[in-house]
Amino acid sequence: MSEPEFRTPAASPRRFDTAAAPHTPPMRSVPQIMRRVLYALVPAALAYTWFFGFGLLVNFAIAAAAALATEAAILTLRRRPVRRALRDCSALVTAALLAFALPPLLPWWIPALGGFVSIALAKQLYGGLGKNVFNPAMVSYALLLLSFPIQMTQWLPPRMGDLDYAPLDIVEQVRYSLLDELPPGSTVDAYTRATPLDQIKEGLREQRSFREMSASSMIGTFGGIGWEWVNSFVALGGIYLLYAGIIRWQIPVATLAGLAAPALLLHLVDPARFASLTFHLFSGAAMLGAFFIATDPVSAAATDRGRLIFGASIGFLIYAIRTWGGYPDGVAFAVLLMNAAVPLIDRYTRPRIYGHGER
Amino acid sequence: MVDVTLERYLTGGIRLLANKTASTEEPILRDIVPPQLVIALHQHGGASAIPIVKVGQDVAKGEPIAIPESPPSAGVHASSSGRVRAIETRLIPTGKRLRESLCIVLDTDGEDRPFDPGPAGAWPQGREARLERVRSAGIAGLGGAAFPTATKLERVAGRCKTLIVNGAECEPYISCDDMLMREAPAEIVSGALEMADLVGAPLCIIAIERDKPRALHAIRDAAITAADPRLKVCEIPTVYPAGGERQLIELLTGDEVPSGAFPYAIGYVCQNVGTAYALHRLATRGEPVTSRIVTVTGGGVDRPRNVEAPIGTPIGYLVERCGGYRDDVVRLIHGGSMMGYTLPSDDIPITKATSCIIAATSGEIRQSYEEWACIRCGDCATACPARLQPQELLVAATARDFDALESLGLDDCIECGCCDVVCPSHIVLTDRFRHAKRLYAEHARRLALSAEAELRHKRREQRLRLSEEGSRAAQEALKAKLRADNEARRKAIAAAVERARQRKRRDVQP
Repeated sequence: MSEPEFRTPAASPRRFDTAAAPHTPPMRSVPQIMRRVLYALVPAALAYTWFFGFGLLVNFAIAAAAALATEAAILTLRRRPVRRALRDCSALVTAALLAFALPPLLPWWIPALGGFVSIALAKQLYGGLGKNVFNPAMVSYALLLLSFPIQMTQWLPPRMGDLDYAPLDIVEQVRYSLLDELPPGSTVDAYTRATPLDQIKEGLREQRSFREMSASSMIGTFGGIGWEWVNSFVALGGIYLLYAGIIRWQIPVATLAGLAAPALLLHLVDPARFASLTFHLFSGAAMLGAFFIATDPVSAAATDRGRLIFGASIGFLIYAIRTWGGYPDGVAFAVLLMNAAVPLIDRYTRPRIYGHGER
Repeated sequence: MVDVTLERYLTGGIRLLANKTASTEEPILRDIVPPQLVIALHQHGGASAIPIVKVGQDVAKGEPIAIPESPPSAGVHASSSGRVRAIETRLIPTGKRLRESLCIVLDTDGEDRPFDPGPAGAWPQGREARLERVRSAGIAGLGGAAFPTATKLERVAGRCKTLIVNGAECEPYISCDDMLMREAPAEIVSGALEMADLVGAPLCIIAIERDKPRALHAIRDAAITAADPRLKVCEIPTVYPAGGERQLIELLTGDEVPSGAFPYAIGYVCQNVGTAYALHRLATRGEPVTSRIVTVTGGGVDRPRNVEAPIGTPIGYLVERCGGYRDDVVRLIHGGSMMGYTLPSDDIPITKATSCIIAATSGEIRQSYEEWACIRCGDCATACPARLQPQELLVAATARDFDALESLGLDDCIECGCCDVVCPSHIVLTDRFRHAKRLYAEHARRLALSAEAELRHKRREQRLRLSEEGSRAAQEALKAKLRADNEARRKAIAAAVERARQRKRRDVQP
């Protein structure tokens, strides 16, 4: 047999970098999620501005500036990367939710303080993004409500054509906010009005029937006048978040169900003493709470069953505070209370791991 | 009825870009003979095979060059004809990582001269003899783990409820099973039935993901032709990781493999379609495993396609046969883009575990490893096919809280990578869990060592105490003996004195 002919091996080997699996790129990012939450609030912000003037936008601008400045300052003190944290847009989302919660007519230092408190006390003191136990916007809202009850309950009536004065334009709004000046000859009391939730609560306390009150001009087609549309647009944004996969259905559905179930039941039992289902769902911060606040992933339950419990409890607490509590609306307190219960809920609602125990 | 379409879904799992079309446009490239082969003797868990050739020896294609040691092990055969140049340790790819193995370096002669095994190559009668033949022919799981098939079949033989032939191929980029099913459906079906005979399975399900209509069609036709009542072809939803052994069993049967156990414990066995094809070739033509289908793909390969590559073909040569690299290759991946690992160089030979080689460009793979903090969105938990809570595992892994890691099921993590891909904070979860598993193993080892040391210490104390007590007794005994001796001596002296005195008295008296 002849000597086999040895052929030369391939060219010199090529070198490559190594990295850990998986190599598939991530599907999305935190800033993308936060930006989408902000986009989802745009229709509601337009509706709010249409009905209640430019206060929301002014408050948002001030709260956002304060929140971003606070975040930058604290991160600098903590020697953490600043620009990256500011770019994640989480402070803007907090400021936006706070602005939606605040009454529109406020001196500048209240939204500024709110922005500061939400980032400094409720977020950075816990360790920054992802570490806070409580919803930052709700912490600062609750603190402001307890500290400044007068300013924090000065709500405006919706623009519905029957106002006896001209609503503030954006320049007047900014002048009031920064300089505490209203157009000549008018006072704050001329502008402010109790919210529908407040009026119904007061009325029911005075033994007036819900049906009689709902015939008044404060109540619209299915909720508080003006508020029903703001809530509808908030819900629209929430449905976009569901569609985009930013939030999952459990928390909003459970929250609304937790609010709707007692509302429907008690209204059926005694329609005079208990407000209707649609009034509860489309007044105050019901939709904002269900779709945007309770769904804040950091402070919400993380398991599917846990989210149902978390949401339903918030919904029921909102109803309980509105109906039997001291405040006309209860979203902030309901959310904060359930935030505290999250570790417990998560611990006891973990799904059964594959291959463990009985089906 | 042959056909079953499953509409059941996995718990968890994700939908991914398949990236499979590029490599399925051309038929499988066959009959390539690289100038040099590096054939690994230890391609899987278990024991290495023992070389039976010498340097300088001429071998034919299919000739045994190493024989299996104690199971699980598998024989190794020359993948082409030529001369043994060296027997040395090289870096080779296994299912999960690169490792060193003894390799036979073979300079090929280009003739691909086949080996004639004679009557020993015939398919024997009887289960035991056949399984032994499967072992010596080097048949191993060609889905990517390369676990010796004979061992896997032996374990389940006699108690097998269902043989699952896995054609799901859920990982992105990999298309070797798809192409094989298209080109050799009858052989796969015949091999699957042969396997069903070997384990005595009353049911044999061939499972194929919905995104492979041509493979499904081909296998269906072959199954109808085979007309075996045990055979079912099942179309399953396209979701990653439906092709994982545990996930496929859950998807097809609703049963779960108990944590820490293997499928045979509940009467199932999964075999890859490539393995079924290899078994068919062994049973009908007496051919051992000398090649496998490898997908060579990625944006960095000029002509992505599937190649029937001799075991031991250097990866660089394989890429060369597919048109070579394009310029911007940033990473070379062994396996799919989810569970595959990167290779530092293309001077590495393929093994039976090499299903796919991806020459990835910067646009198609993850490059930035910057992270945000976990925002507890829970997407990872939703995606986890093992139903773990990766966000909690992450906290426990960072804190090195081993008790929490254990109760959160770290050991049940299959490292599929779903959590990484869905994480909006871009946290490298899977690799942290891999690392945590190693730390946990180390921790468990230390715990065992310290428990052992404690036991040893206690035993020593006991022993010392006993020996102390023992020595005290011995001392007493010695003292008593000494005392007795002294007494005896004193008596002896006194007696001597007395005797002397009497003698003196006698001497004094006249």
